[in-house]
Amino acid sequence: MYAYDEIDRTLVNERVAEFRDQVKRRLSGELTEDEFKMLRLQNGVYLQLHAYMFRVAIPYGTLSSEQLRRLAHVARRYDRGYGHFTTRQNIQFNWIKLAELPDALADLAEVGIHAMQTSGNNTRNVTSDQWAGVAPGEIEDPRIWAEILRQYTTLHPEFSFLPRKFKFAITASAHDRVAVKIHDLGLRLHKNAEGETGFEVLVGGGLGRTPFIGKTIKPYVAGSDLLSYVEAIMRVYNQYGRRDNIYKARIKILVHELGIEKFAQEVEEEWQQMRDGALKLDDEVVEDIRARFSYPAYEKLPHMPDELRKAAAEPEFEAWRKNSVFTHKVQGYSIVTISLKPVGGPPGDATAEQMDALADLADKYSFGEIRVGHEQNLALPHVAKRDLPALWRALDKIGLATPNVNLISDIIACPGLDYCSLANARSIPIAQELTRRFANLDTANLIGRLHINISGCINACGHHHVGHIGILGVEKNGEEVYQITIGGRADENAELGTLIGPGVRYEEVADVVEDIVEAYLALRQRPDELFVDTVKRLGVEPFRERVYATR
Amino acid sequence: MTSPLQQKIKIAGPSVVTANRTWDGVVIYRTAAKDWSTDLSKAAVVRAADEARALLAESVADDVGAIGAYIAPVEVTDDGKIEPGNLREQIRRSGVTIDLPAQIGLPVQV
Repeated sequence: MYAYDEIDRTLVNERVAEFRDQVKRRLSGELTEDEFKMLRLQNGVYLQLHAYMFRVAIPYGTLSSEQLRRLAHVARRYDRGYGHFTTRQNIQFNWIKLAELPDALADLAEVGIHAMQTSGNNTRNVTSDQWAGVAPGEIEDPRIWAEILRQYTTLHPEFSFLPRKFKFAITASAHDRVAVKIHDLGLRLHKNAEGETGFEVLVGGGLGRTPFIGKTIKPYVAGSDLLSYVEAIMRVYNQYGRRDNIYKARIKILVHELGIEKFAQEVEEEWQQMRDGALKLDDEVVEDIRARFSYPAYEKLPHMPDELRKAAAEPEFEAWRKNSVFTHKVQGYSIVTISLKPVGGPPGDATAEQMDALADLADKYSFGEIRVGHEQNLALPHVAKRDLPALWRALDKIGLATPNVNLISDIIACPGLDYCSLANARSIPIAQELTRRFANLDTANLIGRLHINISGCINACGHHHVGHIGILGVEKNGEEVYQITIGGRADENAELGTLIGPGVRYEEVADVVEDIVEAYLALRQRPDELFVDTVKRLGVEPFRERVYATR
Repeated sequence: MTSPLQQKIKIAGPSVVTANRTWDGVVIYRTAAKDWSTDLSKAAVVRAADEARALLAESVADDVGAIGAYIAPVEVTDDGKIEPGNLREQIRRSGVTIDLPAQIGLPVQV
């Protein structure tokens, strides 16, 4: 966990006081909605279909048990008893009253949580690997750098009015759990030929109306140069990014239109003027941030404790363990992913009771720490293997032991037309139906790793372009129609999916997905050839044929 | 951005003006009494572009009470009942179409 200092606490508290005054002036009529809109957006407050939606940042996906309890409190006291974890390590509350928002923010501020820059044309929540600090083989904990970027970008005056929103993601593992290649700016920690640690910098990734995979702008930037290089990129974007057309305002469009070579050249020229200036990060600053992260005092524990050996005889426990428990860098410990995808449930939702109970379990079994992943699941990052059976039983009691992590029912979905004012079609009921269709665990295990992503509009909050199966809801002649893509992926080999054919009606989506899956099972070369690899090998044609032959 | 009042208003059938209430965001409808109601059946129904423009103008003027006013289609049944004219408006009127945590048996406060 990172310990906030007095500067952080003062900043957050001052922001609450400022927003309280702004809300008061809005409700009295002193501020018009036109004047107030940007202020509320910069505090994570949107207007959705039924109410205001309040988006709260969870920087680099790390939460303490105390913070999770406070989120539960906000869900219970100010909302309708549940929250929605998003694909960018935020949590959203769907039914917040504007008049009560300052109180909710004040309650969150007491535990160091805020909603600054969770919306608006500025730098957004910096996301990172939910396994940061515990993943085997990790170069180093990427959250140290994410925290440096958080401090640097928060309320940065030059980057508070960018052409459009700007998203950072950072990873330090060979396997990308952060989707760095679909971010405006992706950072991958690695070692260069001399064995020094630095960053591969990727730029111009993004989904939405015009999807692009990020391109490497510089294969290696030393840690001491990180801020100056990032600032050079931001300056070039700020100068040349389009402000006349919202659909062409993201950095991905600028990179595409200029070309990566020309863009890189502009950045290089900017950087050379400033690289040895005030933004040079000296080791002392980095070590100071590093020192503010605390790590558990792990015990020396056996690789295979008796408790785990005995529990292996229970088929239900084993089914959960195989899909939810992952190798930790410390012997005797595990990383446990908590699926927020129960059969028939809205993906990413957790009730206040679940959040409270999970906070207690984190205290008991995970040194009081919880992580949030971009797949809309949670994780307990430091669970002793001897505690896994007891943890599983406790999770099962609160509906958090669905053994479907990385399987077909572990679906990413945006809120869609049920909540969102931008959506054209519903996402959640499609996801709910698919989880029912593929509820049989044997079938899901037979299918293997398969990610379905659903978005209710072209803005792609459900990352449908990079789903192994991507589902995009659109509106056609007043009806919901869904376009299906296959072969996308969000990992280190990120690719955009390919459309398989004409859109299908709401009622047909689950049948179409079943057809695609049946085709895959018939076409794969071996049981361990993943769906996405079969699509890569064969292209979309056999799947298209299967889906449309009878439609 | 063009003001809603300057935009060309085309309506294809009976319409109402809807918005969200400023202090809590609840869905509201403009009434013939120049007020707001959370009940669609109390909404003023307009059938011509001029009427719609006038209703929208008075709605937008209430910047303190309402946010994001716009014209939405409705259907008026033979017995005079007003129903939402599309799925979006149906969801705004009746709520989400999905099973919420309590309905699928997840733990919630009782």
